[in-house]
Amino acid sequence: MSTATSAFPLATPGAGRLRRLSTFLWRHSRLFTLLLLLPPLLWLGIVYLGSLLALLAHSFFRLDSFTGQIVYEFTLATWYELLSQPANLDIIRRTAGMAAAVTLACGLIGFPIAYYAARFSTPRGKALFYLGVMLPLWSSYLVRVYAWKLILAKEGVISWAAERTGTSWLLDALLSLPVVGGPSLSISYIGMFLVFTYIWLPYMILPTQAALERVPPSLLEAAADCGARPRQTFRYVVLPLAFPGIVAGSIFTFSLTLGDYIIPYIIGTSKLFLGQAVYIHQGTAGNVPLAAAFSVVPIVIMAVYLAVARRLGAFDAL
Amino acid sequence: MRSERAGLGLRIAAAGGLLYLHLPIAFILLYAFTTEDKSYQFPPPGLTLKWFAVAWNRQDIWDALWLSVEVALVATALAILLGTLAAAALWRARFFGRDAITLLIVLPIALPGIITGIALRSTFGLLDIPFSFWTIVTGHATFCIVVVYNNAIARLRRTSPSLLEAAMDLGADGFQTFRWVLLPNLATALLAGGMLAFALSFDEVIVTTFTAGQQTTLPIWMLSELVRPRQRPVTNVVAVFVIAVTFLPILLAYRLTRGTESMHGTGK
Repeated sequence: MSTATSAFPLATPGAGRLRRLSTFLWRHSRLFTLLLLLPPLLWLGIVYLGSLLALLAHSFFRLDSFTGQIVYEFTLATWYELLSQPANLDIIRRTAGMAAAVTLACGLIGFPIAYYAARFSTPRGKALFYLGVMLPLWSSYLVRVYAWKLILAKEGVISWAAERTGTSWLLDALLSLPVVGGPSLSISYIGMFLVFTYIWLPYMILPTQAALERVPPSLLEAAADCGARPRQTFRYVVLPLAFPGIVAGSIFTFSLTLGDYIIPYIIGTSKLFLGQAVYIHQGTAGNVPLAAAFSVVPIVIMAVYLAVARRLGAFDAL
Repeated sequence: MRSERAGLGLRIAAAGGLLYLHLPIAFILLYAFTTEDKSYQFPPPGLTLKWFAVAWNRQDIWDALWLSVEVALVATALAILLGTLAAAALWRARFFGRDAITLLIVLPIALPGIITGIALRSTFGLLDIPFSFWTIVTGHATFCIVVVYNNAIARLRRTSPSLLEAAMDLGADGFQTFRWVLLPNLATALLAGGMLAFALSFDEVIVTTFTAGQQTTLPIWMLSELVRPRQRPVTNVVAVFVIAVTFLPILLAYRLTRGTESMHGTGK
């Protein structure tokens, strides 16, 4: 092989050493793989994993309330502070409740879109659907949150539309509901829920559609041949097969809602959500240990969630 | 394709859902032209083009824009390098711990951004690293790697290993095979991954607030305007610009990888 003239236009004089190097790497395949893997592994291992471990370690330190300095000694005091105060537990419950509601809504709104795109659209229509879901997914998160600030404002388009259609009473009734209401849509849980659902919806649609695409048409014909009505086919054939996809999507919607702090900051009440609690404790309060403990909470919740999702077969649908 | 047609209810639900996904963006555009800058009054009392001129003359916007572009370019370059290397290694070999490494690559975007942010921040604090351009880049590159990786490995999986063997049989060494066979095959996937990484970095705000210190990238500028609005329509002008800047790379990336199913949206 070394005596063959090269068929490639790169036979420069200095190529001899390169050629020997490349032959060496070819012979030592494992070494070559290791060399390729080393830079990304070092980066992610040191920068990312190292940081995560440092964060975890911080949750076992505590803040000296007199000096405002972090005491670098092992202690469970911070964890006790997190789990013993009712206000902190409220934050966790509130965030998890919102995440569950958003996930449910994303499933309900996303499924018809995914179902239509997977079963009834032409190849051209499918491409349009795909772009129609991808563009909002990838376009600026902040801009999309801002759009809702415009829409939900007291003087904004929703109030205007309600006035024009004579449904202001409905809007007022909605806003006067005890917990979820507020002075205007942009300062209420209803508004926050709408924005969360809007922002994370594409994450639900894509895996659901992927799972629906994989349902073989022959299965539906078989169900019909066996005498199932369309409704029965849907209930007993399509839905069980699509379910892992829906669970896969719910991993994203749930996890993203748990960790978000921008949306509750811009739209919503003054009551804190998990992400905000992390942000405030590390920022103005300078209490990095408590912030670290708070940020471990979503990790633990997601670990449990992922374990359940794995049982439901969601990982094959990702 | 199919003889049966969707029921009316399904069609209405699907159309309504898509409308919900797209209509809000239109209001951003509308409010960029309003004459009212103290509230979000609908319908706008009048329309004007003056906010575009106002935004053009604001130095703070230009500074934020350039910082964002520089960060996105450097972070994308790093992500392309590291993501391609990781994809190549995981494609050519099966070894113990391979799944763990895949998980490690996906983790920065699988976990909420706030965790990546505060983890990096507490590490910078522990090591006494002052906030700088490079602390922002470090955060961005970390979560951009996976985007390039996803695109690169999807393309590699569709590339037949016999192509590489054929090149070597014809006398090419490893570097020539890479330059003349593998790279042309991989180029559009890397370009697509790079564009998505750029778009991702360009409008990232959650990790950036933890790693930027006093510096203002464009999304951070926008966040501060959302919290304490000054000239509201100016924010809209910037938002319209941001939409344009992120849409173009996404559309291009879609065209580059069309039919290969390698632009995985769920990977964001």
